[in-house]
Amino acid sequence: MTETLLEVNDLRKHYPFSKGVLLSRVLAQVKAVDGISFSLAAGQTLGIVGESGCGKTTTAKIVLNLETPTAGRVLLEGEPVHEMQGERLRSYRSRVQAVFQDPWSSLNPRMTVGRIIGEALVVNRWGTRTQIADRVRELLVHVGLREEQAGHYPHEFSGGQRQRVALASALASFPKLIVLDEPVSALDVSIRAQMMNLLKDIQKRDNVAYLLIAHDLATVRYMADHVAVMYLGRIVEYAPTKDLIGNIQHPYTKALFAAVLPHHPDDANEDATVTGEVPSPLDPPSGCHFHTRCPFAAEECRRVEPALRETRNGHWVACHLA
Amino acid sequence: MNDGLVLDVRDLHTHLFLRRGIVKAVDGISFSLRRGEVLGLVGESGCGKSMTALSLMRLLPKESARTVNGQVLLEGEDLLTKSERKMREVRGRRISMILQDPQTSLNPVFTIGNQLMEVLDRNGGVDGESLDTQALEALRRVRISAPEQRLRQYPHQLSGGMKQRVVGTIAMNRAPSVLIADEPTTALDPTIQLQYLNLLKELQRKSNMAMLFITHDFGVVARMCDRVAVMYAGRIVETGPVREIFDRPAHPYTSALIASVPKIDDDTDRLYAIEGEPPVPYALPQGCRFAPRCPFVEERCRAAYPDRLTVGPDHTVECWKATAA
Repeated sequence: MTETLLEVNDLRKHYPFSKGVLLSRVLAQVKAVDGISFSLAAGQTLGIVGESGCGKTTTAKIVLNLETPTAGRVLLEGEPVHEMQGERLRSYRSRVQAVFQDPWSSLNPRMTVGRIIGEALVVNRWGTRTQIADRVRELLVHVGLREEQAGHYPHEFSGGQRQRVALASALASFPKLIVLDEPVSALDVSIRAQMMNLLKDIQKRDNVAYLLIAHDLATVRYMADHVAVMYLGRIVEYAPTKDLIGNIQHPYTKALFAAVLPHHPDDANEDATVTGEVPSPLDPPSGCHFHTRCPFAAEECRRVEPALRETRNGHWVACHLA
Repeated sequence: MNDGLVLDVRDLHTHLFLRRGIVKAVDGISFSLRRGEVLGLVGESGCGKSMTALSLMRLLPKESARTVNGQVLLEGEDLLTKSERKMREVRGRRISMILQDPQTSLNPVFTIGNQLMEVLDRNGGVDGESLDTQALEALRRVRISAPEQRLRQYPHQLSGGMKQRVVGTIAMNRAPSVLIADEPTTALDPTIQLQYLNLLKELQRKSNMAMLFITHDFGVVARMCDRVAVMYAGRIVETGPVREIFDRPAHPYTSALIASVPKIDDDTDRLYAIEGEPPVPYALPQGCRFAPRCPFVEERCRAAYPDRLTVGPDHTVECWKATAA
């Protein structure tokens, strides 16, 4: 494997849940992220999958340094991200970029697309005005838009084109890592495939790593080299994508897999493997968080939290029964 | 009402009258629904599928949209010629609708119980106790956990999946002949989406209701529908039985949509992608509306819009390159 770019060690983010304004009491801690570790190599893609409330977006925010962790560390090229200051922090901000789900709210409507894309370069005093203008045009072409569109405003673009603009602006500062938070789920079906292909092409060319946040296993299957499945703040399964799809071990991953919609009527099986909904993160179930919905739950699962252990080469599962 | 025909939509035209011009959101579409049948209306944003639903319900925004032509025959009666008062008796009883976002369908300041009872007691005169039991019954029908507790809760205290179940039970309460579901699971998590789809299918089968299922997702179609109508830029470009459409799509747009969905058990390194974007509704191409994106485009495609052609049993397509059965 190539060099490690991003390393996350025993990361925790707990939000206090309090009542009252004066003399407020902390009633509980919402453990949005509760002790997760993973690493990502340069030029590779790690997909983090899970449903609402599993902590995937909190993880992304911590990696982007938009939140500070309660405990644990995030290392970018060996350097702890949350201890960076001054010049190091600035360099971090250009090495790590993001593309968010909603291209309607992520672009400033008052700026031309050219300025939006060039902003990061201007801030970093990357080059002269002409150099920056050249770079912007080059980026527009890279993401499949036209050079002259630099002068247009975001409202003149469709959703798919806006997402291309967001990607171009993320790429402007030559990042090593781009956090993709549900980058295609707001797009139309025919545009999604274009965007996913584009992301893969750019990765191949620029050797940029992606941390891909998604709720849909099929998207991750297509994009990611490794997959981490999260449930209520913890990683329940982690493996190279091919191993995971070929040999799913955690019942929750199986449920996500079964929930992938069929691509032919003959493949539509009627049985839902899990019932019920994700429990409140304020009061997560004891032991294995998934035991309340798990069809195989045993006594041990109710009492003891399963550790994430390696069941075969590179395939990690947190389940007593695996 | 032969062979259980419940809904028959004929040559429906709905236009939007905007400052920038007239948008032919629905431009002459026809389809029918039989009792117990689920028809999937598939297309991307802006293709006119939601406008079709609102036209059937007569719930178009008054200032800007109007159905200018066509017939919507519900059990033989044209809904488009009914008075607003008569229409109110039809909505919710004979034709009902579930929207994408349950948050906007429920009133945030009333309890779930309140909102259910309002529907159950639309004509008044039902006593409180039996209303209570009926409301509980309604929640049990859609398998909501702890229904007694839910009656006293407000919408914000329920999860998205549960809210959508409440909306569903309200929509199906009067056993309507036709249920329109407009992307009801798009906002739900995958495992919750699967539960909801299974529930809808089960209730639909049990009551033998006809359903118009609006979606952009062919996976949902594969799971839910008996027949499919594919919409593009205001037209139904292809319609047919679901297996026929998946196995022998006749319109290049249909085959491209099916092919562009990532498959979980497939090793492809590259997805099939349709080039370009749907046309701007103010300036539709003169001929076939898909021509600018179509890999098989020919001269005649740009010159004139293709006629509808029957290519198989109950299978029609609007494409110059299709060959008749």
